[in-house]
Formats: sequence, structure tokens, C-alpha cells
Amino acid sequence: MIQTIAFYLFATLVIASGAVTILARNPVHSVLWLILAFFNAAGLMVLVGAEFIAMLLVIVYVGAVAVLFLFVVMMLDIDFAELRAGFIRNFPLGIVLAVVLLAELVLGIGAYRVGGLVLGTPDGAAATPEGVSNIAAIGALLYGRYLFLFEAAGLVLLVAMIGAIVLTHRERGGVRGQNISRQVARRPDEATVNARPEVGKGVQL
Amino acid sequence: MTAFFQSIGMSFEWAWFIATVCGILLIALPLLLGVAMIIYVDRKIWAAMALRRGPNVVGPFGLLQSFADGLKVFLQETIVPAASNKGLFLIAPIVTFTLALLSWAVIPFNSGAILADINVGLLYILAISSLGVYGVIIAGWSSNSKYPFFSAMRASAQMISYEVSIGFILICVVLWAGSFNLNEIVQAQKGHVFGFLNGFGFNPLLFPMWVLFLISGMAETARAPFDLTEAESELVAGYQTEYSSMAFAAYWLGEYGNVLLMCTLNAVLFWGGYLPPVDWAPLYYVPGLVWLLIKILFFFFVFSWVKATVPRYRYDQLMRLGWKVFLPLSLGFVVLVSGYLMFTRYGA
Repeated sequence: MIQTIAFYLFATLVIASGAVTILARNPVHSVLWLILAFFNAAGLMVLVGAEFIAMLLVIVYVGAVAVLFLFVVMMLDIDFAELRAGFIRNFPLGIVLAVVLLAELVLGIGAYRVGGLVLGTPDGAAATPEGVSNIAAIGALLYGRYLFLFEAAGLVLLVAMIGAIVLTHRERGGVRGQNISRQVARRPDEATVNARPEVGKGVQL
Repeated sequence: MTAFFQSIGMSFEWAWFIATVCGILLIALPLLLGVAMIIYVDRKIWAAMALRRGPNVVGPFGLLQSFADGLKVFLQETIVPAASNKGLFLIAPIVTFTLALLSWAVIPFNSGAILADINVGLLYILAISSLGVYGVIIAGWSSNSKYPFFSAMRASAQMISYEVSIGFILICVVLWAGSFNLNEIVQAQKGHVFGFLNGFGFNPLLFPMWVLFLISGMAETARAPFDLTEAESELVAGYQTEYSSMAFAAYWLGEYGNVLLMCTLNAVLFWGGYLPPVDWAPLYYVPGLVWLLIKILFFFFVFSWVKATVPRYRYDQLMRLGWKVFLPLSLGFVVLVSGYLMFTRYGA
């Protein structure tokens, strides 16, 4: 019974906060509702017994990605009225995107149902073998069967990250950076001079 | 505890519900009392190091100072700035305070004394601590004032930076323990070094990780010397500038709750949690909770000691330390630890 209550609670909240994400007038509120949606999706993951995925959802999406969203939205002064003005113009494009996404969903679920994908059992029962914890099962799959794909994905991400850094990095002249190791290695006798100048004479530095 | 409530004639659902509520109260109430006392301890230690007396007026030795402060704050008027975003402004301290309490669900206080013995315990703690930044960001933004906003920006950048290295440090611990469950991590430390020293911290490969964890923990909880979010010389009081009354107190309590949690994590992950430091039978007669409390208090003393003696970091130094020192170092140690375990434990 507790599971049923929890499921309906999480499911309703996901849908409701997803809807408010789109409807909210203030972009910051939008992102916060999106975070609530992520959080409740994680709750649903816990209910189906995928606690590892649930925790990753919270750590990666809520803890890192959404913070960056929030950062950007807070920094840029986005005028939503201006964005809404383009709504009618971009409407056909939106419809096309929606249709493509729907088709992908239907195809994916269909392929899964007929057993075309070996993700688990077609009837939707948990694919994790009995007595093996979630993390161990995922680890065995990722580092065993899908090792190449997993490492390739990591490599792609690394390249993307380095690419972003290279593209946005610019060398600025005239900046006096701090060289910590040089500062630490500096001794008093290199930095200070003892001098006894005659009265009325200055010190040559 | 569920079994006990079932034995007095309740259905499983009700027994589970009542047992969980009792468990939560058993952790949360002593924790709040502990936070109130630890604020007093912090002020006393800080005062002693500055050759002052510290709080000594309310109650014997000033022991009731925190409660007097709490009462004072409780009786104050809650001021909500007119230009603020009211809903979020009031939600933010609640978020911080709640998240500070949430992590304690998976902390093992003794073998078996754990509210939620889940097998992703450490990931849960990481998830909750990564949420902690929202309380600060929301506060900074909804205050609609420049100093809180600067502070929120600093806090989020700081927390994200140090979470990365904390993640790598935790991976080292998890690799060695072979589990994400905190109870199993504690048990894995039994007789870890030479068969009689309990604690990963005694391991020469993990000791440097503990040092990094201690420092990252200070940065993650925005304690001195990394308290740039509340640098009073630049930002008035940081993200709390516009807060008053109980909303301010919620931040105060949440902050110290997080500090206590970091001390507990130091104890649980590196120094054997509820196990005595040496695997020697007579020491096991002392209850595990006592060992854990001794360790927590010791680490809290270290936190206070650092706060009293180390000057505040500059912001660019903080970022440099996180990204250019801790990140490569902890990443290197992940490779080192997994390589060592590959050769010894999982050797082909």
C-alpha cells in the first residue's frame, strides 16, 4: 500500500512540476520546478528498485546540471515575453520535433516489447539477477559486456570537454598570474636587502 | 524496531510507519540538541584560542547560551524584504535545514543502529550534499540584493568544485571497502592495518585521501578558512544578509548540522566509525556510540582549531586548490588505489 501511495505521489508530482516548468513565467522558477521533477523521477526509480540510477539522477542532474542551468538563467537576464513572441513562428518546428520524439518513444517501447532489445525481460520484470545488488549488476555489465561502448562514451565526453576549453580559452596579455611554487621557494635574503644609507641619500633598488 | 511494534499487535504497515517515525525522532532530537551544544563548544574553543572567556553568563559555564540565543531569535520579528521573491525567500532556509537533517538517515551509530540500511548509502550522502547548494543559491537569488547574490555565486562554484574531489576520495574508500553501504564500510575497517588497527586512515595509501577529505569537507561546508560565502569584510553576511529571526536560525542550525555530518563522515569513512581504534577485545565493551561520539568531537575540535588559527583563503586561491591541486591528486590516488587492489586482491 505504501508503494502505491508513494508511486501516485511521485508520478503526480513529476507531471505537475513538469507542466509548471513550461508554464512558469519566471525562468528561475522554471528551473526550480524542473529540479522538483528530477527529484520525483528519482523517487520513481527507487520504487522500481533501481536505487543506483536514482542516486545518479540526483547527483548528476539535480546536483550538477541543474545548478549550471540555474547559474545561467540567473546570470542572463532572459526576457520570456520576447521568447514567446517567436512562438507562432517556431510552432511547425515544435510540432515536427514532438512527432519525432513520440515516434522514437513508440519505436523504442515497441522494440523492447517484442524482445528486439536485450535490456531485460520483455514483460518488464527486473533484469537484475537475484541476490546481486544494483550497483554490482550495472558494474558487471558496463565493465564487462559494454566495456568498449562505455569507454568510447567516456572518450567522446573528454574530447568534447577539451574542445570546449580550447575554443573558449583566450590568452590575455598583461595579466600578472600568481606562481605559487615560486612564492613558496622564495627566501628572505632574495626578497629583502639590508642597507645603511648615508643621511640624505636614498637607497638604490 | 518494526518487529517490536508488530509484536504489540499492529499490522506491518503501521508498525513500519511508527518505527520509522520513532527512528527519525531518535536521531533528529538528539542531533538538534547536539547542534545547540556544539555551537557553544565552538565558541568556547574559539575563545580559548583567542585568550578570551567566551560565553559564560547564561547557566553554569554559559552552557545555556545557545538556548538563550535560540529564544532571542525565536522572539524576533521575521522581516521579509519587500523586493524579495517571498515564496522562495521563505523556502530557502527550510531547504537548508531539512537537507542538513536528511543525511543522518544512513549514518551507522552502532552495528545495526542505522535508520535506513540502504546499499547505496554513500551515494545517498553525496546526493544530499550536492543538493545543499540549493538552499544557498535560492536564498541569494530570492533576496534580490547584491551581496547575497555574490555569495550564492561563490557558494555554488565552491561546492561544485570540491564535490568533484570529494567524489574521487570516496571512490578510493569504496574501492577498498567493496561496498557503498556505510555499515559494511565500517566493518571493512575492522583490523584493517596489521590486523589490529581499525580504520582506513591508518593505511598509508588512504591517509593522504583522509587529509584531502578533511580539507575538502571544510570547503564543502563553507567553514573557515573557506568561508568566502560569508566573508563579512566583503559581503556583509553573505547569503544570510537579508534573513532575520527563525529563518536566520534555520541557516545557523543547518550549517552546524552539516559540519557535524562532515566530522561524522571523517570518523565513519576513515577512522572506523563505531569501532574502537584498536581491534582489542576489552575495548569492545565500550558501546560503539561512545567511540563514534569521541571521534566526532575530536574532528569537531580540529574544525574549530582550524577556524581559530587559519586566515581566510582568497577566492582564486580556493579555486586553484580545488581544481589544480585536489582534483589531480585525488584522481591520481584513485588510479593508485585501484591498481594496488588489482595486484593484491583481484589479481589475475
